[in-house]
Amino acid sequence: MNDTESSTMARGAEVHAPALRIVNLHKHFGGIVAVQPFDLEVAAGEIVALVGDNGAGKSTLVKMISGLYQPSGGEIWLNGERASFRDASDARAQGVEVVYQDLALVDDQPVYMNMFLGRELVKGPLRLLDRKAMAQKTQDLVDTLDVRIPSAKAMIRDLSGGQRQGIAICRATHWASSLVLMDEPTAALGVAETAKVEALISRLRDRGAAVLLVSHNMDQVFRLADRVAVLRRGKQVGVRSLADTTHNELVAMITGLA
Amino acid sequence: MSTTLNTRTRGWVRSVGWSNYVVYIGFIITFLYFAITQTQYFLDPTNLTNIVIQAAPITVMAVGAVFVLSAGEIDLSIGSVVALTALAAAVTLQQTHQWWLGALVGLAVGALVGLVNGFFVTVVRLPSFLVTLATMGLVAGIGRQLTQLQSVPVTDTSFIYLFGGGRLLGLPILLWWTAATVFVGWVLLRRKRYGAHVLAVGNSPSASRVSGIRVNRIRMMVLVGSATTAALAGLLYAGRLQGARYTLGESDLMTVIAAVIVGGTSLFGGKGTVIGALVGSLLMSMINNGLILAGLNVSQQMIVRGIIILVAVSLSLRGKKNS
Ligand SMILES: Nc1ncnc2c1ncn2[C@@H]1O[C@H](COP(=O)(O)OP(=O)(O)OP(=O)(O)O)[C@@H](O)[C@H]1O
Ligand SMILES: [Mg+2]
Repeated sequence: MNDTESSTMARGAEVHAPALRIVNLHKHFGGIVAVQPFDLEVAAGEIVALVGDNGAGKSTLVKMISGLYQPSGGEIWLNGERASFRDASDARAQGVEVVYQDLALVDDQPVYMNMFLGRELVKGPLRLLDRKAMAQKTQDLVDTLDVRIPSAKAMIRDLSGGQRQGIAICRATHWASSLVLMDEPTAALGVAETAKVEALISRLRDRGAAVLLVSHNMDQVFRLADRVAVLRRGKQVGVRSLADTTHNELVAMITGLA
Repeated sequence: MSTTLNTRTRGWVRSVGWSNYVVYIGFIITFLYFAITQTQYFLDPTNLTNIVIQAAPITVMAVGAVFVLSAGEIDLSIGSVVALTALAAAVTLQQTHQWWLGALVGLAVGALVGLVNGFFVTVVRLPSFLVTLATMGLVAGIGRQLTQLQSVPVTDTSFIYLFGGGRLLGLPILLWWTAATVFVGWVLLRRKRYGAHVLAVGNSPSASRVSGIRVNRIRMMVLVGSATTAALAGLLYAGRLQGARYTLGESDLMTVIAAVIVGGTSLFGGKGTVIGALVGSLLMSMINNGLILAGLNVSQQMIVRGIIILVAVSLSLRGKKNS
């Protein structure tokens, strides 16, 4: 794992290729065009927001980049290399992690087992679970990212919604060597919990993660993102730097009303 | 510091839940009750050993059932598998006089039933409740058809030694089978990735899927495992009773499920304990034993056992809801 991490980093440093580049990516379901040819780059250390009305095609785009949907056409590049995903596990193996809105965590297991779900650490010739190492690594990670939980050994069921989403985001960052995708990560959270999760997402950027964030919350987009891409009925209507746009301009782009 | 410790302890108590101790408390109370009321016979070492030996097939099946329930599935066919594998082994022994062939055929028949169950659950995508309800009847029918309702004697001494009356290092062989199955089950569930995945699938199939766990493979494996432990139980019956009959294992399904649930495994998936199932199985066997010593006839025993199971299961399930 260390090998892949360092080699990815070395490659990134050499060519300065964006963590994610999509070119002409599009998707139709039968006759319905969900996403028209779409171009976007996300660099390491950058949060790019994806906004648009209901049914605009945001989730469809995210699902193509996470391997859940096969694109109808177009290209996906990760760290300067052409990528294609057979399925979601394949995308994960290539360093794309997703934070799901509906919390893909296992309630009756401790935090550390969730952090390593599907990739548990084992030791010895019998390949027994290395619970100690997993708990230790998890504790280090949540401490570094300042996610406040009672302990890495706490059961997920005993955590609040915000703490859980914090864990899901920690997990995604821990395993993502290329990109973290978040589809409305705070949709299910209250105000205080949302603030904590947003703070966590900014810390990820500071640590050099590339984040593509789907959000319906304009204020959140302004608080968090560096750039924003707008989709309207499957069509890319523009990409703006948050520094150069206004709330009103974005709303106009989203709704199509000037 | 003290608050951290406090929340930790509370979290731990809540996550383990007092319900998980019901079986141990129940075990101790029942033990003391029989020890006091039936002192003379009950505490006799031979009798105590008997309790464990009598429980052997149930314990072995319970280990398999822990995995099935933990994965959020159920296997109703185990009782029928016991009879069919015992009969298949006995008939094979009659024909070939090779103990290993008898054992192998028995286990293979069991595993095959598990594969069929798994096929319908993972490929045809039917609920395991319906699939195993159907195979329960199917397998029972095959067993009856195979032997025309006749019992089949087992005379092979190696087979009887290995799966019934033998002793190893001074201890009954059935004790070794029990210990081995429980140990393997415990390692698989608590110490291997497999167990973690089984529990994850039982807790949240969708979370497991997006985490890269092959959910259907896990479902297939727990069902094959369950049928295989039922097959081993069938061999143990055939060895101990020195014969097989289609009625073997008839009432075992209820006892196994009760032992597992009372032991602290969730009926709804995601939580499982092999040690709890062992203690649950010993508890059932002890109750049986005590009731016989108390001179109850078979129908009275069934009534009392049914009531006890009802009470024990509701206690452990209520604890679960509270947590
Ligand atoms: N599996 C599918 N089969 C057919 N049509 C689909 C499928 N998934 C999405 N669509 C269609 O594609 C379009 C885009 O949907 P998508 O879920 O990507 O929108 P969204 O921007 O995420 O909306 P929301 O903000 O409501 O989550 C919609 O018209 C939707 O009906
Ligand atoms: Mg969506």
